[in-house]
Amino acid sequence: MTAPEVIDCRGQRCPLPVITLARRLPELPVGALVRVLADDPAAAVDLPAWCRLRGQEFVGRVDGPDGPGFDVRRRR
Amino acid sequence: MNASPVYLDAASAAPLHPVARQALLAALDDGWADPQRLYAPARRARQLLDAAREAAAATLGVRPDELSFTPSGTAAAHSAVLGGLAGRRRAGSGLVHSAIEHSAVLHAAERHVAGGGTATSVPVNRVGRIDLDAWSTAVGAPGTALAALIAASHEVGTVQPVAAAGAVCAAAGVPLYVDAAQVVGHAPVPAGWSVLTASAHKWGGPPGVGLLVVRKGTRWESPWPMDEREAGRTPGVVNLPAVVAAAASLRAVAADAAARSARLARLVDRIRARVATEVPDVEVVGDPEDRLPHLVTFSCLYVDGEALLHALDRRGFAVSSGSSCTSSTLRPSHVLAAMGVLSHGNVRVSLHRDTTEAEVERFLTELPGIVGALRAEAGVVGL
Ligand SMILES: Cc1ncc(COP(=O)(O)O)c(C=O)c1O
Repeated sequence: MTAPEVIDCRGQRCPLPVITLARRLPELPVGALVRVLADDPAAAVDLPAWCRLRGQEFVGRVDGPDGPGFDVRRRR
Repeated sequence: MNASPVYLDAASAAPLHPVARQALLAALDDGWADPQRLYAPARRARQLLDAAREAAAATLGVRPDELSFTPSGTAAAHSAVLGGLAGRRRAGSGLVHSAIEHSAVLHAAERHVAGGGTATSVPVNRVGRIDLDAWSTAVGAPGTALAALIAASHEVGTVQPVAAAGAVCAAAGVPLYVDAAQVVGHAPVPAGWSVLTASAHKWGGPPGVGLLVVRKGTRWESPWPMDEREAGRTPGVVNLPAVVAAAASLRAVAADAAARSARLARLVDRIRARVATEVPDVEVVGDPEDRLPHLVTFSCLYVDGEALLHALDRRGFAVSSGSSCTSSTLRPSHVLAAMGVLSHGNVRVSLHRDTTEAEVERFLTELPGIVGALRAEAGVVGL
């Protein structure tokens, strides 16, 4: 397993982290995992909701030294 | 552009009902004296207060001595929570509440926890209805003193299973407090509660009047410093002209609630259907069936909620939003978060007695273009 690509959305207000993810994910192969770093409290709600609406997999939240990270896998 | 104003935020404050205006003006002349005193103008004020209490109690189907007027729905909610806990101190210090209570209830819960009590938040499903199994477990836990459940969500309109939740509470010997602010005046008040609150400006009464109803036999103790007014439940003199107007308008709106709610529910059905089909990438949230008649909420993907509110305002539409950018705390609505639905680009539309079909049509006609323009500006079309 390679480390996930990191998309740094820290300092961005919603909906920007969702938009950034929506732009990047289709450029990656199906099955790829990305980690979205986002400190806007709305990201914790909106990233999983976007995955549900778009049929992508929300893998989970990781709280590391870089703040909250949200792992998403491209499914389609 | 000066588009004619279309007010679609009745869930924040409904326009003043004509009966409320009339009663308010009359009571300003007639009801300014202190109802506690023993002279003719005071007796007149006392009569007005008693009549208002009787009218409000009759409309809600409760006893007049069970009902107190408070300075707001928020003050009533604080009293309900803190007084319900104080009265049951001996049973324990546990508060159970849904995850989607109004902030007034949640802030009272925070105060309770800061004072050493506990609070258990019961989750909701995707449409915003509480999980009854989790509710039962929480209510049945040792030391539960009070349970609080909003009758219907002020943010997404989903009606809660109050009767079932109340039966669980009754079996456990735990009083149930129901925040009925969005239901009173719009739909029948559910059964099964021990304490109930409401707010006059949600039904067309003036702002600054709340109702607190404490059922006979409920162990409830005022959390405030001693004051004998309003049966000792809420301190301070009532705003009598506003109370008179609140009671008169409550009676008026309750009298034709069924017909008005049926009309508004059809308009909300139309909004739900048309927004879902005519605005791309939109999530209409809340229960489509078991919901308030006058309220609908949706979220537009990739759209900034604040920008959307301003764009709608420029076209004359007054709506509210649960998006984080529109809140003073910059946090998304805890209701949308608890449901796990999109919180950005969020719009709550709530209708009132004067909302016309033409106004709703204009909103529905203009909305797709407004959302489309914002998306084009942000470069997110087709994303
Ligand atoms: C469900 C609910 N509870 C309580 C309140 C508070 O009422 P008020 O505005 O009278 O303080 C409101 C209004 O925002 C509400 O919608």
